[in-house]
Amino acid sequence: MSPTRVTAEMNPLRDPRDKRLPRIAGPCDLVLFGVTGDLATKKIMPAIYDLANRGLLPPGFSLVGFARRDWAHEDFCKIVHESVRAHARTPLREEVWRSLAKGIRFVPGTFDDPKAFDLLRETVQQLDKERGTRGNHAFYLSIPPASFATVCQQLHSSGLSHDTEGAWRRVVIEKPFGHDLESARELNSIVGNVFASGSIFRIDHYLGKETVQNILALRFANQMFEPLWNANYVDHVQITMAEDIGIGARAGYYDGIGAARDVIQNHLLQLLALTAMEEPVSFKAQDLRAEKEKVLSAMRLPTDLAKSTARGQYVEGWQGGEQVVGYLDEDGITASSTTETYAALKIEIDTRRWAGVPFYLRTGKRLGKRVTEIAVVFKRAPHLPFTETATEELGQNAIVIRIQPDEGVTMRFGSKVPGSAMEVRDVNMDFGYGSSFTESSPEAYERLILDVLLGDPPLFPRHEEVELAWQILDPVEAFWAKRGRPDPYPAGGWGPDSADDMMRRDGRTWRKP
Amino acid sequence: MIVDLPSTTTAAVGRKLVELRNDVGAVALGRVLTLIIVADEAEAADEAIEAANDASRQHPCRIIALLSGNKRGASRLDAQIRVGGDAGASEVIVLRTHGPLAAHGNSVVVPLLLPDSPVVAWWPKAAPPDVSASAIGQMAQRRITDAAEVRNSWAEMALRADSYQPGDTDLAWTRITLWRGLLAAALDEPPYEPVIAATVTGGSDSPSVDLLAAWLAEALRCPVTRGRTRAGTGMASVRLERRGGNIDIARPDGAVATMAQPGQPVRRISLGRRELAECLADELRRLDPDEIYAEALTKGLPRLDRGTKTRKGSRPS
Repeated sequence: MSPTRVTAEMNPLRDPRDKRLPRIAGPCDLVLFGVTGDLATKKIMPAIYDLANRGLLPPGFSLVGFARRDWAHEDFCKIVHESVRAHARTPLREEVWRSLAKGIRFVPGTFDDPKAFDLLRETVQQLDKERGTRGNHAFYLSIPPASFATVCQQLHSSGLSHDTEGAWRRVVIEKPFGHDLESARELNSIVGNVFASGSIFRIDHYLGKETVQNILALRFANQMFEPLWNANYVDHVQITMAEDIGIGARAGYYDGIGAARDVIQNHLLQLLALTAMEEPVSFKAQDLRAEKEKVLSAMRLPTDLAKSTARGQYVEGWQGGEQVVGYLDEDGITASSTTETYAALKIEIDTRRWAGVPFYLRTGKRLGKRVTEIAVVFKRAPHLPFTETATEELGQNAIVIRIQPDEGVTMRFGSKVPGSAMEVRDVNMDFGYGSSFTESSPEAYERLILDVLLGDPPLFPRHEEVELAWQILDPVEAFWAKRGRPDPYPAGGWGPDSADDMMRRDGRTWRKP
Repeated sequence: MIVDLPSTTTAAVGRKLVELRNDVGAVALGRVLTLIIVADEAEAADEAIEAANDASRQHPCRIIALLSGNKRGASRLDAQIRVGGDAGASEVIVLRTHGPLAAHGNSVVVPLLLPDSPVVAWWPKAAPPDVSASAIGQMAQRRITDAAEVRNSWAEMALRADSYQPGDTDLAWTRITLWRGLLAAALDEPPYEPVIAATVTGGSDSPSVDLLAAWLAEALRCPVTRGRTRAGTGMASVRLERRGGNIDIARPDGAVATMAQPGQPVRRISLGRRELAECLADELRRLDPDEIYAEALTKGLPRLDRGTKTRKGSRPS
């Protein structure tokens, strides 16, 4: 008996039938720029710990922080520990933390200081030696896009970004991917000059959510939905992302950007793409992205933007039992700001499947409650063999994919009201992932960081998708820029009247999610 | 909420379930499977139900715990329903059978299975010799046993191997998933050399260690030695021998492992023992037959060099 051969392609311990085997990344480290930001402390660091706790990080995994702070490794370690203790999803286990902490390093310095990057290079080389990370580095740029150019340039000139034999370099960037088409292209060329396009991972954390991935399962693993998923049966689609919070401490970032750039450009258009795209040939990254790009490229704005878009700005009001200030009174916002905190727009898709079916997107801050959902609203039955009074209260059928919170799927249809008279009324049928599903299911960032380390790209939008999204949004932004102030809406409501008018003109109404 | 139904019938239990569901809203919908827990003692069942409640947060399910009480006396069925805060994301039905009925537990389970949903049976302690042929086993797609809970685990696994049917699985196998992942990841990296021999060391009483060794023997087709440490210590270390040097993964303290490879520094990784609930949740994730387990169990185990002690046929202490 001779032992089984082992090659790069053929690992005898990885049997395709072995579905239990976890995907553990190969030896590597993660270099985190911008360690004090909200995202880093609330999402990235806890996600790394949770991955470690689930045994999905490679032995010797190391985390390097880089920031303009006069810190030693231990100080940074404390920051990570704090953030893990406060935000990790899984319980803090001393032995897991200790072994993770052994690989935590900190490099102090500014982005424009070449010496700091030399030190960073030495640090990761040291890690290669001490902890066997084998020259595989992921750079996570959790920093304002304005600094991308400097950091990428420094990574390049210090030699950190060069691929070496048998080792990889990857870069992770977060939204915003520019603020219009031009700046997005510029940003892409900055990062693209230093890293190959296959090594750039753009994080849209929505795509890491279980429910978003479930859109694909719902549509393409089932027989009962897809036949209805077209203009023959669908009346329109509403995609909503409502937040109950205001801008909080994000004034510096948010003012001048606004709701459309902040949310519609990335999250909502990605949701639209997944809802509207044709069936991909396979779920490989290239096939999935090809379909998303196809449908995004078929998007069209209505000609009259005044009638098919709406924007608003919250003014003071009562939100969930609390009196809150208006946008213009928030800290750091000038009284003349015309930044919109609510945006709604109608998009048409020029394909046979969707011709004549409008997609309404809306997002806003300080709305009634926090909810993200996709509602596919169906046409009324062509003929109702009931008396008119019997179906007075019957609305349109709908399939609602609830992204967050309370993740699941709702179906809305008519049912007879019990009693002697024939009366039909709307009822909901609910599928939930279980009441506490989110506690034990992996967080989006865990999935996405693991995918980066594994080099698995399907859940990351490609630059082409980003460009297509800006192409649809740029004319809207240009139109709004000429129209002065956004319409005011009271905090705690569902947006400005102009948004309701926009629907009314089409003979439709917004769902109350 | 806990509702006791002493001396009852399954029809009454079913009615009560619907009633409770109507009272508290539609929370009981959306269950994806029925999990039957078969146990003799209430204590074992409670521990198992607790783990199942935890697991139900990932896999909403109806849990039916089937306990057999005193086999003498008249036939009687006592039931208890737990929903809401007392049942995680599941609903729990505890059924205790007495008298002649104790031998026909399957008859009280059938009316309470979720319609058209998979059935998973779990024996947290001792299981019948041929699980798939047992009355409960026959109605289940997936049958979970736990060789580590049985005194003579080696004999137990021989039984499982003899009677293996697709859908059988054992928690001793689930417990080593992370070890297997780590070993597979180690072979993903260069140098790509065949493994010429392997040693798997761990608690003398641990079926997990046997299964890991068996898995390696079957996948790598090389001699695998089963090393022994004190009973109760679980997995301790694995060595894969290659011409260029050995890969060593050692977990002396049961929590943190070190991984040594030629040309690489020693790397540490936390590799704690997996909790029961975690293992169960893992089991419920996939309901199709585990062919890799089948091969390790039926083909890998016979390949093992089990050391002198057991060759003589004596049970390791």
